Amino acid sequence: MNNTYFNALFFIGLPYVSVFTFFLMTIVRYRTHGFTYSSLSSQFLENRQHFWALMPFHYGILTVLGMHILAFLVPRQVAWWSSVPLRLWIMEIGMLAAGLLTLVGLVAAMVRRRANHKIAVVTTASDWVILALLLIQVLTGLGVAMMHPWGSSWFALAVTPYLYSVATLNPNLAVVSVMPWMVKWHVINAFLVIGFFPFTRLVHILVAPNPYLWRRPQVVRWYRRPAAAGR
Amino acid sequence: MDVRAQMSMVFHLDKCIGCHTCSIACKNIWTDRKGTDYMWWNNVETKPGTGYPTAWEDQDKYRGGWECEDGELRLRSTSKTKTVFNIFHHPHQPSMDDYYEPWTYDYQHLFNAPEGPDQPTAVPISMVTGDLIQIKAGPNWDDDMGGSPVYAENDPNLAQLNPDQRAQMFAVERLMFFYLPRICNHCLNPACVAACPSGALHKRGEDGIVLVDQNRCRGWRACIPACPYKKMYYNWNTGKSEKCILCYPRLETGQAPACFHSCVGRIRYLGVVLYDADRIREVAGLPQDELIEAQRSLILDPRDPAVAAAARRNGVHDSVVDSACNSPTYRFVKEWKIALPLHAEHRTLPMLFYVPPMAPVMAQKTGTTVENISEDLFHDIDEARAPIEYMAAMFGAGNSGKVRYALRKQKAVRWYRRALTVGDVDMATADRMLREADCSAAEAEAIYKLTSLCTFEERFVIPPMHREEAIEMLADPMSHKQGVGFGFIEGPRRGL
Repeated sequence: MNNTYFNALFFIGLPYVSVFTFFLMTIVRYRTHGFTYSSLSSQFLENRQHFWALMPFHYGILTVLGMHILAFLVPRQVAWWSSVPLRLWIMEIGMLAAGLLTLVGLVAAMVRRRANHKIAVVTTASDWVILALLLIQVLTGLGVAMMHPWGSSWFALAVTPYLYSVATLNPNLAVVSVMPWMVKWHVINAFLVIGFFPFTRLVHILVAPNPYLWRRPQVVRWYRRPAAAGR
Repeated sequence: MDVRAQMSMVFHLDKCIGCHTCSIACKNIWTDRKGTDYMWWNNVETKPGTGYPTAWEDQDKYRGGWECEDGELRLRSTSKTKTVFNIFHHPHQPSMDDYYEPWTYDYQHLFNAPEGPDQPTAVPISMVTGDLIQIKAGPNWDDDMGGSPVYAENDPNLAQLNPDQRAQMFAVERLMFFYLPRICNHCLNPACVAACPSGALHKRGEDGIVLVDQNRCRGWRACIPACPYKKMYYNWNTGKSEKCILCYPRLETGQAPACFHSCVGRIRYLGVVLYDADRIREVAGLPQDELIEAQRSLILDPRDPAVAAAARRNGVHDSVVDSACNSPTYRFVKEWKIALPLHAEHRTLPMLFYVPPMAPVMAQKTGTTVENISEDLFHDIDEARAPIEYMAAMFGAGNSGKVRYALRKQKAVRWYRRALTVGDVDMATADRMLREADCSAAEAEAIYKLTSLCTFEERFVIPPMHREEAIEMLADPMSHKQGVGFGFIEGPRRGL
């Protein structure tokens, strides 16, 4: 395939289609099928494997995802942190461990969905699509970490400018087009995850219950006193 | 004084015959859907017994309710910090195995089986997976198993008894059981609401019914361990929590909830009570032995002009205050003090009260006659087959005095009526019993009437809900005029 064509399709076309789909469809789904926004937890049907699958997965992926977002938002500070070898090592090993934790959890979750018939009953095709995409994402991520180390240092210099250029509607493929194929795959798959996001159970991330942290314990709803709702 | 109205219930356990009609009425209306098949918003369990879900009273396992340390009131199962970490996996959530796996039978096989030497059978199949299952437990699996070493002996309330009492209780001469029908208690300080990360669970301001906003519930499951009565249920199909709604659509049209309406033994009473919402926090944090009395003091006298005026100021309609004046709950709980909350020690301030049951009497055999006469006219209360401490573990927050008071009054009423109608007890004895039980003849007569001769209208005093006016405050009733006339409501379809 023509290299320019390939780059344009996957690093300009796909990101915009995915992000557009993400925003449009999450909003449409929330407005028309708000009821379907749920974690769809299966802990009730199976309690033990659930712990060993879902705990490592969530802790792992939240750590890794958090660092990716940090590297996107404050690339200078992340590059500064990784400018000292010891700190770089801490970062690399920490992230690799979190990635492995995610992998263990993800594989355990997939085995659980396949092996336990009760869980299989509440597993849809969309669950398998997103699990497969996440598996590719985690495997390529780990591949990048091992084949092309010191990502915590070069991400800020190489990937962040590309993501910024996409975000500012002025896509610049200069850095990303010369990336190793493993990194490219990781980036492309990330946009696929974002594009599929609204059609999967991942929407539960958007309704993570932060108001609980600051609301009063009891909730009372009035019909006659709408102004005093929440008393 | 922040006066609010609360739909409040009394279950008269002495009248419960354990027929499960209430459970079936509820099941047929509300929980016959996929995902709710294992739920019994109303269930009737045999006590002593492990109940439903199994050993629900074991809070070491389920961590339900509130605990109070140094005046600070905390949920046992969760907190703002714990929610962040427990949201991926709730460590105390019961699983389907703690209830039972719902099943049906392969009836088609009776018709489709190939011809053979044997009669075909309908084998049990799981309603979750459709697979063949070996049934290990089911609804009311421990029904009537009063002396069972599997069920009765594992009743968590027995922990309150000393080994001697426990051994006596399971001696064959003393075997007894009674029924405990349970629905959501629609608590004043609900632990489920306080645990809900999404703010989907709420208490209705007008009538105190605790509901789950199905559109806002995200299936974080914190409510299920938090409720000490395990009356929150997880719909495994829709991924949302569900609970008893006190049949509010029926209440709003003046009908009693299905379980109340269908009650064969007429054990159920429903009425509105007025309470002071300002004092909820204070009462919920009191020492355990003061909880029952303090909860009673939260309930206000609707005939008191100051209370009625405060209620009016708070938007409680006059018709609701009038209804509260006729509330059977008020009489049982506040006037007569013979109805007690279940497991008040969890500090949720439950608004379902139980009249504790009179246990069968211990008798002595002298020669050829069986006697149970003693100088102490109330001897059989402390010498009942079930130790009073057992009853107190359930209905007295460990305070046996409250249970003893309720039982003594019930007995005095019985003997008073017996003196009047049967005549084998002399009136002097009956009067003495009434006096000792803190009961007047008029009160005894009223208790007797509301217990034995109560009509439908006396048992269920349902205030007008004024929903039509309430809805007008929020939505313009004319908004659909000249429109198509059809709205669209999203069905409870499982998400992707």
